[in-house]
Parts: sequence; C-alpha cells; structure tokens
Amino acid sequence: MKTFTPATARAGAIHLTIDGRRYDVDAEGKNLLHVCLSLGLNLPYFCWHPALHSVGACRQCAVKLFKDETDTKGRIIMSCMTPVTDGMRLSIEDPEARMFRGQVTEWLMVNHPHDCPICDEGGECHLQDMVVMTGHAYRRYRFTKRTHRNQDLGPFINHEMNRCIQCYRCIRFYRDYAGGTDLEAMGAHDDVYFGRQTDGTLENEFSGNLVEVCPTGVFTDKTLKMHYARKWDLQTAPSLCVHCAVGCNTIPGERYGALRRVRTRYNGEVNGYFLCDRGRYGYEFVNGGRRLRQPLVRTGDSLQPAAAADAVSRVGAAVSRATGSGASAIGIGSPRASLETNYALRSLVGPANFYLGVSDRHLAILRLMTRVLREGPAPIASVRHAARSDAVLVLGEDVWNTAPILALNLRQASSNAPAAAAMKQKKLNAWDDAAVRGAIRHEKGPFFIASVEATRLDEVARECHRLSPSDIAALGFATAHEIDASAPAPAGLSEPIQAAAQRIAAALKAAEHPLVVSGAGLAAPEVIQAAANVARALKKAGRDARIGLVFPEANSFGASLLAAGGLDDAGRVLAAHGGRVLLVAENDLFRQMAPESARSLLASAGHVVAVDHTTQATTEAAEIVLPSCTYAESSGSMVSSEGRAQRYFSVFPPLEPAQSAWRWFDEIAVRAGKKAAAWKGLDEVIRAMTQEFPELRGVRDAAPGADYRLNGSRVPRKSIRESGRTAVTANVSLHEPPPARDPDSPLAYTMEGASIGAPASLNARFWSPGWNSDQSVSKFQVEVSGQLIGGDPGVRLFEPPAQEAGMYFPPSPADQPARDGMLMLVPRYHVFGSEELSSLAPGIASRTSPSSISLSRAECEKRGLREGDRARVTVDGAEATEMAVLIREMPEGTASIAPGVPGTPVLPLPAWAGVTLASVAAEAER
Amino acid sequence: MLSEREKERITEEALLHEYPRAAVSEALLIVQESRGWVPDEAIVEVAGLLGMSTEEVEAVATFYELIFRKPVGRHVILVCDSVSCWITGEEAILSHLQRRLGIGLGGTTPDGEFTLLPAGCLGACDAGPAMMIDGKLYDTLTPERADGILAEYGMGADAQTSHG
Repeated sequence: MKTFTPATARAGAIHLTIDGRRYDVDAEGKNLLHVCLSLGLNLPYFCWHPALHSVGACRQCAVKLFKDETDTKGRIIMSCMTPVTDGMRLSIEDPEARMFRGQVTEWLMVNHPHDCPICDEGGECHLQDMVVMTGHAYRRYRFTKRTHRNQDLGPFINHEMNRCIQCYRCIRFYRDYAGGTDLEAMGAHDDVYFGRQTDGTLENEFSGNLVEVCPTGVFTDKTLKMHYARKWDLQTAPSLCVHCAVGCNTIPGERYGALRRVRTRYNGEVNGYFLCDRGRYGYEFVNGGRRLRQPLVRTGDSLQPAAAADAVSRVGAAVSRATGSGASAIGIGSPRASLETNYALRSLVGPANFYLGVSDRHLAILRLMTRVLREGPAPIASVRHAARSDAVLVLGEDVWNTAPILALNLRQASSNAPAAAAMKQKKLNAWDDAAVRGAIRHEKGPFFIASVEATRLDEVARECHRLSPSDIAALGFATAHEIDASAPAPAGLSEPIQAAAQRIAAALKAAEHPLVVSGAGLAAPEVIQAAANVARALKKAGRDARIGLVFPEANSFGASLLAAGGLDDAGRVLAAHGGRVLLVAENDLFRQMAPESARSLLASAGHVVAVDHTTQATTEAAEIVLPSCTYAESSGSMVSSEGRAQRYFSVFPPLEPAQSAWRWFDEIAVRAGKKAAAWKGLDEVIRAMTQEFPELRGVRDAAPGADYRLNGSRVPRKSIRESGRTAVTANVSLHEPPPARDPDSPLAYTMEGASIGAPASLNARFWSPGWNSDQSVSKFQVEVSGQLIGGDPGVRLFEPPAQEAGMYFPPSPADQPARDGMLMLVPRYHVFGSEELSSLAPGIASRTSPSSISLSRAECEKRGLREGDRARVTVDGAEATEMAVLIREMPEGTASIAPGVPGTPVLPLPAWAGVTLASVAAEAER
Repeated sequence: MLSEREKERITEEALLHEYPRAAVSEALLIVQESRGWVPDEAIVEVAGLLGMSTEEVEAVATFYELIFRKPVGRHVILVCDSVSCWITGEEAILSHLQRRLGIGLGGTTPDGEFTLLPAGCLGACDAGPAMMIDGKLYDTLTPERADGILAEYGMGADAQTSHG
C-alpha cells in the first residue's frame, strides 16, 4: 500500500468495494487495473503498460467481479479490459482469481529458462516480481523448452529470445509508439520470435526503451553488460540528461567509481516513461579516457600536472593583478554547464565581463526565444502538453533530432484527433484504443511540418512543406494572419504558401489545444517570430494554444539569462585590450566558432584558464586547466526548453582534486581577494544567484536544500541491500572508510536512512517491496501515468503575464534572390553525433554517420553528383572538407551540413554561401 | 532475384488495394507459385516493391504456415491432424506416409520429390482422414488408398526408402 492518499482515493464519484474494503475513487472512464494500481494494490500484469494501454492479451490481471452483495460466486474478468463503474464489487484475493493468475504464470513460464542468476534483468525483473506475486514458485513442466537463436542488435541492446514470454510490449512500443520498422514479431503460436530479419543494429533512436519496456531479460542494456552490476548494488541519484534541452529526468547508476548505466526517472510533465538513445547511452563519456583528472599548467608546448593549490593561486594572482590594472578578467560561460557554474564565473569576473560561449548570432536567437516565452503569446508547452495537443504546427525545427523525447510525444499527438473522433463514435475509453489506433493508422490528424528537408516526423504529418528558412517564416506569418486578421501579413506570398497557410490556419483554429513548435535549430529569427505570431493569433482566437521552442543545449536557456554578450563580443573586448586573463567554463570554443577565430580569440588573451571535465581543443590550448566534474559527480541546476528549472544531484563523489567548476571559480575569487569566504555549498550559490536574478527564484524550489532531512536523516543513494559495503575497498584498507561528505545536497553516499517518502526531486530509485522492476513507478505516482507524489520535479520559470503583453512581430522582408552558384546553407542535426559529450560514448560514436552535405536531386544533377559520392566541399573559399553527398527532398538552392559531426566545419548558419562541390572520384579520374 | 513477370504481377496486385502493403500476402504467394518457396532475397525485393521494411514482410511470411521460408519438395503433402481426422484414423495414415516416404513431419525426401507437413484442417471433416497434395484434396484415406495416390505422383511401390 502507498503511504499517502492517492488522488483516485480522494472523495470521488465512484464507489467500489475491493476485497471487502470500500474505496471512493475519482476514476471515471478508467479501467480496473489502472484503479487498483493507483490505489497501491498489488495486482500482477504483463501486456499492459501505462503508456501502451490495454490489449487484454496475457490474462494475468484477472480479478473476480461480483454482481451484487448477494453474489458469492462471481466471475473472472480481466481488470485491464474492464471499465470501472459505480458500485462495483471485486476481489483480488479470491482463491479462484489467485489460482487463475497462478495458471497464467505457469503457462508463461513453460518456455522461460531458469537462468535468473546469469540474467542481467535479475533483481529488477517484472516477470520475477509477478511470479513471486502470483505465488507460483515451483514448475511442473519438465520437458524440453523451445529455444531461439539470438541476434546482434547493435551497440545498445542485448538479445536473449529464450526468455521471451510473448507479451508483445516490445513491438507495441518500438513499432507502434516509436515508429520503428526493423523489429517485428515473426512466426506464430508457440514459436514467436521478436527480432530483425537478419542481425543488425536496431535503427530507431528510442530503441533503448526496450530494455525497460520488456518485462524480462530479452532486451537488456548492452553497455551495462560491459561492466555489470545488479540494480541493488548501483549507487544512484536523481539526475538530468545533459545531452539536449528537453531536460529528461534520469537515474544514472554507479559502482566502483564508474557510471554503469542510465535509466528513466519518470517525470509526468517531461519525459514520462521514456528516454532517447542519446540520453540513455551518452553516459559513457563520464568513464572515458579523455576525462581531466589533474590540474595542468603549461610548460612550453606541453601541459604538465600541477598541485591544485599552486594552480589556483597562479590564477588567483593573475585575476587580482588584472582587476588592479583596470583590464579585468573575462569569463566565457557555457550552455552545457550548470547555472551555478555560469553564475560563479560571472561573479568572479563581474557581470559586465561575463559572456556566454556561443556566437553573438546564436545568443541573439536564444534571447529572442527568451523574449517570446517571457512575453508569453501562449503558455509554454511541457512535453505532456505536447502529447495531448490535437493540432500541431512545426516551423523549421527537426524536433526528432534536436529534442527527441518531445518528438516521440508529438508522434503520439498526431493521431489524437482522428483517434478521439473514432473513440467517441465507438464509445470507447482512452485506454481501450488499441484497435482504433490500428484502424486509423493511415488517417493523419491536423499535423503540419514546414522544414528545409525531410524529418522523421513527416510520416505522421498531414502536410509537409519543404521550404527555405525565409519561406518557412512567410508561411508562419501568413498562417497567423489567416487566424487573426490583425496579425500582419507578409508581402509577396507565393500561391501555394498562401493556400497552405489557409489550410493550416483552419485546422489549428478548429482544434481545442493547438500547439506551435519551433526552435533554435534553424537559427533563423524570423521563423521563431512567425511561430510566436501563430501562437498569439490562436490565443486571441480563444484557443487553449501552447508554444514550444526548442533550445539547443541542456542549459542554453538558463545560461543565456546570465550573460552580458556572446563570443564575438568577448573576442572584441579581448582584442581591444591585449593580455587579459580569460577564464572558460566547460566550453570548447572550437565547436562554437571557426578554428582560426577561436585561435585568435585565445591568442589575444594574456592567460587562458580552462575549466572542464573532459579534454577538448580549448583545454588543450589553455595555459592552466582545472578539472571539473560531470553531471554524475556534481550537483547543479539547469533550465530546460520548457523554462523548467531542475536540479541534478551527484551520483558518486568526485575523485579529488576534481571538483564542481563553480568551486574552482569560487576558490579563485577568494584567492584573488574578491570575496571574503567561499560558498559552503550549492544552496549558497543558488541563494546569491536568485537574489541577483529574481526571475530564477524557482531554481531554489526545484529541490529541497542540503539541510532537508527525511525522518531525521539524509536520503540514501544506496539501496538497503547494497552488497560488500565493508569489503569493496578492502584491497586498499581493511578499515571501512567513512562515507564521502556532500555539502551540496540532502542525499548521502550511504545505504542508511529511509528513502520511501522522499520528495520526487530527491528520489534516487523506483523500488517498492515486491516491485523490484521499474514498474514500481506506479507506487510513486498519485495516479498511474499522473504526477509523482508531491508533484513532478522542477519549477516552471515562465508563465504568460496576467495582462496580455507583447505585440505581433512584423514579417521580415523577403530574402535576396539566390545568386548563381550560391546555396542557402542550413544546419542539420542528428540524435547521434550532433551533441558534444554523448559523441564521446563509443556506442553513440559507432551510430554516427560521417560528415555529409545534403542537396536536392536537381542540385546534385546540376553538379554531376550522385548519392553517396564523396565530395570536396568548399564554403566561401575556405579550406575544403571532404563529405558524403546525400540526396534529400529539399528546395532547390538549399543545402545542409551537420554541425558537431566530426569533419563538419564550424560556420555561421544559415547563410548564403558559395559552395563548390567536386566529386572525389571524378578528381581522381582526372 | 524476382523475374520481371513476378514484379509485374506484384505491382498489379498492389494497385488493387488502397495501400500497397495490403498486397503483401498475395505477393508472397506469387513468389511461391513459381519457386515453391520464398527465399530471403525475395523478402527484400517484395519489401522494396510494396514500400515496407523487410521485417514487416518477414512477419507476414513467417506467420502463415503455407508460405514456405525453406525449400520444399516438388509435391507438398498436407496431412490433416484436426479432431475429425484424428478420430477417423489420421495417426495411422501419417505414420504410413512417414514410413513410405522415409521422412518425418516437416521433412523432404532426398530426391526432392515430396515434403510432408501437418495441416490444421482441410475442410473435409465429413470424410476424414484427409490429405492434400499440391492443392488437391484426397479424403476417406486408407493406407492402401494413400499408396495409390502417391503412385499418381510418381512414387512406385519399389521406391520405398530404407533410410526412414
């Protein structure tokens, strides 16, 4: 039983009796399994999954239903397929129901091997839990079990088909939910095989969820297998994914000082039950060989290890001298560093000298997005909102690749409208939609995409428009004008764009919860302005409209709120007064600007101090390098695209002398005499920051402070049955070491203390007695698939002002017509390869396609190029780069390259560029 | 892999449906018609013709037991093992056939002439036991009658194999 009162048990309209106990539930239209689990009752199930709904296939959730008070016989029903009605009397504990469930388990176990001790799922296996729950602990089946050949499914997923119990959850997630086409159910009757046609990598970018969706050990985490530890032996903490700006909640697990895996931490408003593969498998950079472990000081051409105290006093002295000379030190912050790290650097160098380490142009986009969200033409859509919207317009953003979990939810939203219509006609409940979703799978809801090239969401869209950035903006402005005539109309629209705008406007206006999505991906301000206009027009038309803007990096939103300027500004200031001290926080400038610009920026500084956890081009060029911590060894806060401030907590203590980047800056400030005493912990940094930035107040409330205690003690990071506590370091010393201190959080690096009942933002694992698998999450939710008890973690920082503020953006003038030989070059993104840190994980790296340029067929033919050719690409006369040629459906006169992917030059995009392509093969022939 | 004629027929079949993928089982039967079975390469080509993934085609191909994913003999013998035929003596017929052909269920004679398979029901419940060879139904079987039928397909009395 839950230790709190679930929402379903609050005074509700429906009265029901379960095993003689009366419940009043507010569960109109829900099924009995949903109700029982929400009440905290233990009822086993397999084929049901909270996100995949009911199919009634496995018969495991059988209960006894009685007609009335006089009925003593009752009948067996499937709880997942039975809607709750007022006055229902049912029994879970009825002997016949128990026997029925035991039989189902026995059938399911007929072919299941008894290999739990060598199975990676053991100890967190839904099947194990259900077998114990049904009491069916002994097998009568003594015959040969059917066996299968397993497949190599690539770097992420291990396959062990013999363990399969045919619940079909894998393909219901992979195929139906995530849109994958390379995993299917083969065969029939008692010989069903879930796999690919031949060995090969599962291609869908959400494949890792199979590990959690599979109720047993068929699909397990292959990266975990490389350094395996049981769930109960992993030290865990509530954390955040740092590989994009969606802000998915995660539970990374550590043992022996290495991160072993990442699992989903349910957050009803953000990622729900799922993660993308970048988020799940990007973690290996934490264990990578490129980690910085020691302070380094330049001696001649090389960086040599140095004592931390020496390095800090050298930097402190330099900063102090600089302040005295009137040319104070310059700080460059980072969109992938925490708010605290950015703020600490800003405090060290002073507000006017703190720049965000992204180009001025990029910063302007971030600021425009912030302005839009602050003014609030419509409230910001959380991922949950996105999944519930009934009409969607995506302007210019390849959401699948820039905000994967948002895209996964938009994919579900696309069938909301047609499904709702069919469900209403058939009088079905939302959970009973399997048949309807199958029947309407070719019907497309009001879902519109305008993008430069094809995206993975196109298959669910009613209309896709391939347009140049300025035409995408024009389509948006025109749509806004069609919805609300007071929105300014763009001039010189082409007939097809005008007609499309009318259709889109009509569809959005007809919806109750329309959503507009755009973002920084295309880096085109006019596209973001157009999206804002559409949202504003819908709001004015009285719709419950929402807007979602995708930020590029985990903390782009948060960091941009603190900065005085961008990289180009910083470069100008450094150049104007040579010899300054430059401090760079967790940022590789060579990824943000062209190499020659980065080199000259660094050369214009007198001293370059780089703080980062991982070696990169900027740390290699620095004079002094200080080792910081990854998200796994430090605590901090970030602001997601939703404007949600969230806290992540260190999973394991940093290996000294590495420490959180903000601590290095704080130590330097004290050493330079800018500050009397160091901050004692994260809370002090947050307090100072929120005093200076009232807008960030919510950061304080994102999680309890370090002084929080649960029943008088800290919340443990280790499970109550972690093994070998007194022995794990016996090879070093026989004395059991004291647990590491953690001044930054109310969590402890121990197994002591109770964790059940902790606020959701401090919950380090989903576990409940009898529920060892991640399915125990329902014990932590107010209601199945609802909020976590005590509220979903995070605080939204931006809500629309009570008084309508802001105005429509005027349409931007049409672009200059293309010049001969020039191409509109735009950025293209990939789940695998576009993000810096995850690309260091071997699995992600192996999934990354080589650097490429995509063009329309016509543009390729003009140049005599074919798909797959290798071409030497020269942009505006710069050094040529060799890339693969891709033919994509895109407007003539446009081309795209993939920033961040190794081998792609850093360029200000989008831009008209003189691109010359020469086929490498053709050159060789000459 | 696929002949031009096969491709044409599959494409024509696809046009009869609102969605080309709806023609997948017909397409597999077209492939099987001239070859007797459906090879891996054909799965890939059918997928390409109908705009499906190879997994989607494979899922259909392996679901139906009369679409063969392994080579079969020149003649495919389906012996009904449903209840009516079982009551009327299916077991005797089956063991007789296995002895005569020298193969088990799912086997193919070494000369590549016959493949022996079970069938759920052949729709001849009033006249069991029944079997079907190359689509032709034979009912009220006795071991002797079965021998006579096998002979029609070129199996002589002296052809009884000794390696059963």
